[in-house]
Amino acid sequence: MELLSDSLAILARWDVVAALLVGSVGGVIIGAIPGVGAAVAIAILLPATFSLDPIVGLTALLGIYGSSMYGGAIPAILINTPGTAVNALTTYEGTPMTKRGEARRALSLAYSASFFGGVFSVICLILLSPVLAKIAPMFGSREIFLASLLGVILVVLAHRGQIMIAGMMACFGIWLNTIGLEPIQYSQRYTFGQSWLAGGVDLIVVVLGLFAISQAFVLLVEPDKRSKAESITGGLLSGFKELALYKRVATASSSFGVAMGMIPGVGEFTAQFMSYTYAQKSSKTPEQFGNGSPEGLIASEAANNAVPAAAMIPLLALGIPGEALTAMMLSVFYVHNVVPGPGLFQNQMDFVVALYIALLMLNVLVVIFLLFSTNILLKVIEIPTRFLGIVVLTLSFVGVYSLRNSPIDCAIAGAFGIFGFILKRLNLPIVPIILGMVLGGIMEAKLRTSMMRVKTPLDFIDRPIAFILFLIILAVVASHFYGMAQRRKNTRSNIK
Amino acid sequence: MNKQDKHLQPDARPGDTFFIIAFLAFALFLLSQLGTETKFSASGKLFAQPRFWPAVSVAGMVLFGFAHLAIVFFNRSSSTTTSKGALSEVLNWARALEFLLWFLIYVQAVPIIGYLPATVLFTVLLAARQGYRSRRQLTTAAAVGVGIVLVFKTGLSVRIPGGAIYEYLPQTLRNIAIIYF
Repeated sequence: MELLSDSLAILARWDVVAALLVGSVGGVIIGAIPGVGAAVAIAILLPATFSLDPIVGLTALLGIYGSSMYGGAIPAILINTPGTAVNALTTYEGTPMTKRGEARRALSLAYSASFFGGVFSVICLILLSPVLAKIAPMFGSREIFLASLLGVILVVLAHRGQIMIAGMMACFGIWLNTIGLEPIQYSQRYTFGQSWLAGGVDLIVVVLGLFAISQAFVLLVEPDKRSKAESITGGLLSGFKELALYKRVATASSSFGVAMGMIPGVGEFTAQFMSYTYAQKSSKTPEQFGNGSPEGLIASEAANNAVPAAAMIPLLALGIPGEALTAMMLSVFYVHNVVPGPGLFQNQMDFVVALYIALLMLNVLVVIFLLFSTNILLKVIEIPTRFLGIVVLTLSFVGVYSLRNSPIDCAIAGAFGIFGFILKRLNLPIVPIILGMVLGGIMEAKLRTSMMRVKTPLDFIDRPIAFILFLIILAVVASHFYGMAQRRKNTRSNIK
Repeated sequence: MNKQDKHLQPDARPGDTFFIIAFLAFALFLLSQLGTETKFSASGKLFAQPRFWPAVSVAGMVLFGFAHLAIVFFNRSSSTTTSKGALSEVLNWARALEFLLWFLIYVQAVPIIGYLPATVLFTVLLAARQGYRSRRQLTTAAAVGVGIVLVFKTGLSVRIPGGAIYEYLPQTLRNIAIIYF
């Protein structure tokens, strides 16, 4: 009880409440604009949050992260364009429903499923906290190294059909992190005698380049798109009643979201894929999938909204970000000398619980906002994409320049913007670069520390958690090769 | 491939092989510089060597790059269809350079003419360049520029220095301009 009151005291400040409101409402608006997305918004706002208290900055960023997918469902359903990448599956069911004249039903179902997924994952997070508080201290250097390695392997393997390129990008991220003065022998690495490289390449500069500036270039170069959506008439509460008819799908999809969100490197896409497949296979009307199935819509929205809270688990408990957005948030912790990891659960549990409560409040706020403002949000969809590009590029400047007032940072971010633009044009993965950068740094430090106490290779896995993680890594790699062999066998038998 | 499979497994696009070859060439260049750009001390353990992680990462880039090219080579019947239009795709990449130049000019202009004037100029000129040339569109672009400055510099006090041109303003106005705009 004391913990709860301490946590509420952390949140009971005007600036935290304002951050929660701005983050949640801003996130919905950003999510509703096709071509922007939470990653761009968080990258731009990141340096601005450094001057704020950690709880204020994190609440605003979490607000954007957690609410953008709610907003992303609106254009996905009404104009067949996902607001954020993770709303892509929603278009398969939402657009046919809109064509049948059921736009209001689809939106209402999407909001209720998103709310269910979001709240379900926060409840799981709260229930898991005591377990995490017990397990997290059992993670020493070698366990964190192995968990980070598992994260890198999973993020690479999650890019089906692009595994080699994802591996290449993850290694590129690890290499980027090695540039500059290394912390043990103070020797320079890959600086080519340039003093501006001695401090290394800043993660925020790379993030802004790869996510925000590249997106601005995409919007500015590609043909202008102007979308128009029909207004919605009537209330949007009916979906909550209808959701009760599909509680099995909603619960299973949210569980997939929680499970996948917790695993570093996996995230929303896999959660959605698994829940959508499950919903289709277990449905009494599987033929409706792709033609406006309410179950498919619920599976997609509940799963992706369950991920943000769950993705905070590896970040808070181990200091290991599972995907790009939590990797960005990690820098907010570092700037304020709040080190996420086992110590956070032992020493600052009130801070952790305050974040959970903020996440819970965020879902309530977003639903209330959406119930009254969906028609107003339709205006946002109408903004021409090239004009959005101008806004994103202008905002990107604030993000990069306010870091150190350095034109060199801006030039580096611009170069990464071009690189990200090419990757986006080619449909190649960007996230492995960011995770490689963050997890590469963690792996280097933790391997160095842990090897001091290791005499033989087997000593490395002589603790229970380390051994379990090692077995998981082996199982993940083995199952990947097994899957490859099976697919090859099936292809050959199909050819014959 | 069904819809959700396609959602997880994006299609290859023209130009990707060109990109991988260029990236692989960059990785090979980094590998060739490993000896001179990183240090290896005879006394330390392998994992504690400053060269260890750069070597692992650069070797990984090279290995994955070659593995990808090998896959493309063995499936070349399917890749020939995607190699069509590679040149036009590469030219598309060059189109983004124009906007990089716009961005870099904006970066250089801010410390000279100040954040507010530079931002308004940037949004208005770029809007005109993109074809938004009606009075209403240009006014909207200017308003967006002013709004961004008001939110970030005036409201959130982000660290952006005042322009050199502000020095020529009267004392009271100069202080306000430096702090808020």
